[in-house]
Amino acid sequence: MSDWIIILIKIICALVWFLVIALYLTWVERKESAVIQDRIGANRANIWKFRVIGLFQPFADAIKMLFKEDFTPRFSRKFLHNLAPFVSFFFVAITVSAIPFGDVLRIGGREIKLQIVDFNVSLLFVMAMLSLGIYGIILAGWSSNNRYTLLGGMRGAAQLISYEVALGLSLIGLIMVYPSLKLSAIVHYQGELLWGWIPKWGVFLQPLGLLIFFFAALAETKRVPFDLPEGENEIVGFFTEYSGLKWGLFMFTDFMEVLIIACLLTTLFFGGWQVPWLYADGFHFPWGGQWLLPHGIVVAFQVLAFNLKVFFFCWLQVLIRWTYPRFRYDQVMDLGWKLLVPLSLINIAGTAILLSLLG
Amino acid sequence: MKYRIQQEAREGTMLLNMGPSHPAMHGTTRIMLELDGEKVVNCELEMGYLHRGFEKICESKTYFNMLIYTDRMNYVSPLINNTGYVMALEKMLGIEVPERSQYIRVILNEFSRVCDHLTALAAMCMECGAFTVFLYMMKAREYIWDLMEQTTGARMTTSFIRVGGVRSDFPADWKETTQIAIDETRKVLKDCHGLMSKNKIFLNRTRDVAVVTPELAINYGWTGPCLRSTGVNYDVRKAFPYLVYDQLDFEIPLGERGDNFDRYMVRMQEMEQSLRMVEQCMAKIPKPSSPYSSDGRGLDPAEAISASRTKKPGQGIRLSPNLEGTEKGKYPGILAGKKYIVPPKEDTYTNIEGLINHFKFFMRGHGIRPPKGEVYFSVEGGSGELGFYIISNGTDKPYRLHLRAPCFHIVAALEELVRGHFVADIIPTFGSMNMIGGELDR
Repeated sequence: MSDWIIILIKIICALVWFLVIALYLTWVERKESAVIQDRIGANRANIWKFRVIGLFQPFADAIKMLFKEDFTPRFSRKFLHNLAPFVSFFFVAITVSAIPFGDVLRIGGREIKLQIVDFNVSLLFVMAMLSLGIYGIILAGWSSNNRYTLLGGMRGAAQLISYEVALGLSLIGLIMVYPSLKLSAIVHYQGELLWGWIPKWGVFLQPLGLLIFFFAALAETKRVPFDLPEGENEIVGFFTEYSGLKWGLFMFTDFMEVLIIACLLTTLFFGGWQVPWLYADGFHFPWGGQWLLPHGIVVAFQVLAFNLKVFFFCWLQVLIRWTYPRFRYDQVMDLGWKLLVPLSLINIAGTAILLSLLG
Repeated sequence: MKYRIQQEAREGTMLLNMGPSHPAMHGTTRIMLELDGEKVVNCELEMGYLHRGFEKICESKTYFNMLIYTDRMNYVSPLINNTGYVMALEKMLGIEVPERSQYIRVILNEFSRVCDHLTALAAMCMECGAFTVFLYMMKAREYIWDLMEQTTGARMTTSFIRVGGVRSDFPADWKETTQIAIDETRKVLKDCHGLMSKNKIFLNRTRDVAVVTPELAINYGWTGPCLRSTGVNYDVRKAFPYLVYDQLDFEIPLGERGDNFDRYMVRMQEMEQSLRMVEQCMAKIPKPSSPYSSDGRGLDPAEAISASRTKKPGQGIRLSPNLEGTEKGKYPGILAGKKYIVPPKEDTYTNIEGLINHFKFFMRGHGIRPPKGEVYFSVEGGSGELGFYIISNGTDKPYRLHLRAPCFHIVAALEELVRGHFVADIIPTFGSMNMIGGELDR
């Protein structure tokens, strides 16, 4: 019984974390773009005149979307049209269940893993759920019965499916290095040290894999420079016919994808919750010193490290979004199939050769 | 009624209507596309959504009244339109413009050209997805418009260039404002070069897309940066120098391939040349004929009028520089041709001859009455040769006026350029042409 309660608490905590951070990513996006573009950014939303640099803006946006008219065009396929945003939303939101936020927390003789479910193939699960999100786009594009959205849906389907290949292949090398499909196990492996002082993070063992994964993941988020399904100046986007909260769900899904990609980058390539030289009992520095810490502080350090890394990658993605122009449809396909997929195959072969040579 | 594209549609293709309300069509054009997947098989362009009958209106307006209509042609660089129209009239009337106002015209013209190019490229980059570049360029334009606002009193509808010169002189601190505008624009251009010019994504999207050969460009009647991007060296400022362009040292940037990227790059380099010209003009401009008033403050128009009414004998009156035709003392420096300029207000309000002059200027059938004949005069506008063709029958209204709008000829080639390319290529192609609705549809 108490196991169930613990799982329920974990689900609530993880979801709240996920949704709140994704909500505030909209604020980060607005403010960061404002800083890049010499603007001030959204700062008018207030509660009793307290503005706090626009921190209430996401809530104002959410309220606005809730109360906007939810318009379904007469010529659309109603059921599928309504289903699409939820499909998009659901499959991204569910991926958070496999992300490890920290190691084990020991309270009152219990060992609680800071992860909702820690199953064998969590990496495959995450990839599968991310690719299922495509259905939301295809459904939205097709069921709106509008030629622009159809083009957007087609672009989205083609782009996401081809980048799914590169995304999957780029991780094969990683799986060879850390022989597991379990995200928690991968993070544990990254806690070891290379030559006694470099942490065994994916970024040091799989640099090429990281690059390919990062590019493919950027394409997965459907934002500039890969925002072809949306392409607001060309085809207006696959969600042209959506309004109100359903449109908001699509936008929100994008931000959740940014967050999930940041989580995955952290977990797979940057040691997840690992802090360099921090072990279960405290820091053991390679130059011999040590700093012992109580268990609670160690766990706090881990969770904090995970969060900071995730925020960094969110920031990086927003920076990229506001710096680059958009690709063209055929060039995105070229980049995916002619560059990223061959590179990831080379990465796999190179990793295999190196591993067999090193024994 | 079926459109040509509907009649010619092939089996298995999709017809797509782009515009007139589409983010990339700037609100006033419509492109009908026949698509095979994302490839444009056929397309048909429809323009005229902003047609306001400019040429017809001109036939019922006096020459002086028409000036304000020219503001609304290319609304991004109204000063160039003013100049073109006014210089056509001056050619007809045979007026020699004072040197200082020639320099003022050149400075404002070149700044307008920078504004025009900035706007065109900003829109083009934004439509390629680079929103940051868009806002950077808009920022640079603000600094330039500071000077425009201080000088002309308006941001868009300036009506500043007048027959015989310019309406008023620069404000007292114009050199500082101009220097700030130049410096800030240079900074922005450097940033934009860094963000776009060497950007692989942008290069991929624009290089070798919508290539125009010099022959094709000439056949379509292209002029301006778009023509020069194909390598043809034709610039009205060099070919038929007007104002003081023959005394300035500037280069004409040329492209090589005539693709979208060349059109972008030629504009970027032309802005640098324009800034150089402004700097030269700042150094060369002759001193004003009368010193600026020391208190540096004019009166409000209403205040000025009441002040002039209650004038006591022997007491000088002071009028606001905002008021048309004020401050007689400055006239020799910036306005010439006594018959064709608005009579000074201080005369109008104080003596009977001035009042009569005023009526003679503004009354129907009087005012500016060029001799019988026809004239064509062209200036180098933001997007090409901006020509005014006026037929006069000796009255105060033109018999016929034709505007040679540069982007009309350029946009006409769009159909041919985008055929065989992708839907996404239409956007930078259209953006690089610098379509301005007011000028295109007139």
